[in-house]
Amino acid sequence: MGILVLKLSIKGDTIVKKVYLDFAATTFVSSEVLNEMLPCFNTIYGNTSSLHSFGRDASAIVDRARDRVASAINAKNSNEIYFTSGGCEANTMAIKGIAHSYAGKGKHIITSKIEHQSVLEACEALKAEGYEITYLPVDENGIVSVPSLLRELRKDTILVSIMAVNNEVGTIQNLKTIAKIAHEKGVLFHTDAVQALGAIKLDVQDMEIDALSISAHKIYGPKGCGALYLKNGIKIEPLISGGNQERGKRGGTLNTPAIAGFGKATEIAVRDMFVNQQKLKAIRHYFLDKVKENIDYIKINGDPHQKINGTVSISFEMVEGESLLMLLDLEGVAVSTSSACTSNVLKPSHVLKAMGIEDEIAQGTIRFSFGKSTSKEDIDYAVEKLTEAVKKLRSISPITKAGRR
Amino acid sequence: MYNKHVLAIFQNPQNAGGMKGANGVGKVGGTSCSDVMKIYLLVEDGIIKEAHFKTFGSCAAIASTDVACELIKGKTLTEAENLTGADILQELGELPQNKIYTTILAEQAVKSAIEDYYKRLEKMQKDAE
Repeated sequence: MGILVLKLSIKGDTIVKKVYLDFAATTFVSSEVLNEMLPCFNTIYGNTSSLHSFGRDASAIVDRARDRVASAINAKNSNEIYFTSGGCEANTMAIKGIAHSYAGKGKHIITSKIEHQSVLEACEALKAEGYEITYLPVDENGIVSVPSLLRELRKDTILVSIMAVNNEVGTIQNLKTIAKIAHEKGVLFHTDAVQALGAIKLDVQDMEIDALSISAHKIYGPKGCGALYLKNGIKIEPLISGGNQERGKRGGTLNTPAIAGFGKATEIAVRDMFVNQQKLKAIRHYFLDKVKENIDYIKINGDPHQKINGTVSISFEMVEGESLLMLLDLEGVAVSTSSACTSNVLKPSHVLKAMGIEDEIAQGTIRFSFGKSTSKEDIDYAVEKLTEAVKKLRSISPITKAGRR
Repeated sequence: MYNKHVLAIFQNPQNAGGMKGANGVGKVGGTSCSDVMKIYLLVEDGIIKEAHFKTFGSCAAIASTDVACELIKGKTLTEAENLTGADILQELGELPQNKIYTTILAEQAVKSAIEDYYKRLEKMQKDAE
């Protein structure tokens, strides 16, 4: 099994090394996964809803994938897995679907200030419908405040939704404690585990999770495929109707190739988790040591202990993130910024803001995320280019070391 | 996203850095959450001999200030005062919609530097009297 990743590109008449350090955005599809998918395009191409053998063969593929996903998160029953188009859909389905089904009990939902946009926007949409949303604060390391959850739970609270691992800074939340507290008050618990799958152990029974969202393309599976785990017995209103697929909870012909790939990818993610994490841990340390050795005035964001190995968020003072990203990109190094720039302001990320990081420092934040194919040579090259880029941008920055806010 | 021309200017700006002996310096932005642009001018006999910039901001902000400096070099102060964001945008070719404001900001930075030059001139004349 070889990992095929393009690490060179041609720019003018020179060959530039390419280093991908954005695995939290998406991953390549591993060859094991791709091999699992290929027959589903032109050999086992039936519609799972068909009664004939073509349909049954496709169903068998989906069943196997469902079993694999269920077993990866230790779901009691495979029929608790609902395939979706990805993490966004799973999050939206869980939050809106549960809220609508339990509106009779109450209209209060608790989430956090550092959730993924799909969770925040689903909550905002519910707010417009008359639901009340409480956004829990986080500490300076990005950990959701458990005492504030205790304070905010009410009689009319129907759902608590807290992400397992933050996508920007990699902080791991206290899921088991949060679920326990919610359940003591009879409140359902959903978690967006898109960044957690393959990075930390997920056991929905042990962690008492009622609903959980995952996505294939973060774990070397295909894009456009994910799943919602929903514990049997919990009611949910479908987002997409128009078919009996997924036990009537999600209409639409099943994307057999993607689902087959997703099943395989989750199986591998759990099978190789220990080895992958050991490797990522070594890469992370190697990277951070090199960065600290070469660049001053930096801030490493997130919790020093309660974090995943694959994601590192660093703020480079006196430098703006997007220009740093672009300079690195021109050298073939792919990273991500936290800040999204809107009309006439550089808007720092809601996550860093919630963590209390000053705007000016937050603006200079870059997320580096490592994966299976990341080598020490990649890190050497990336840090060399990073050091040059930061130096260059600081040399033309009007913000001086003395004048930092 | 950015066109090749903008990227080339961003990667290799011709007028980046501070300036010793500048006699007009202007700064815009700097409130929390925005770009900061600083323009340095060396004016002799009403002509801008040199123009440099320092910018904290996006690729567009850096390219806009570099182009602004390029456009006002060798020009009279009056000509430079008439520089607009549209002139800068035209020189850049195009920018993503949400980055066009950086050309206006660069225009304001140039105006602020010219204003500073006049202030200094006025002070010098007063001191001489």
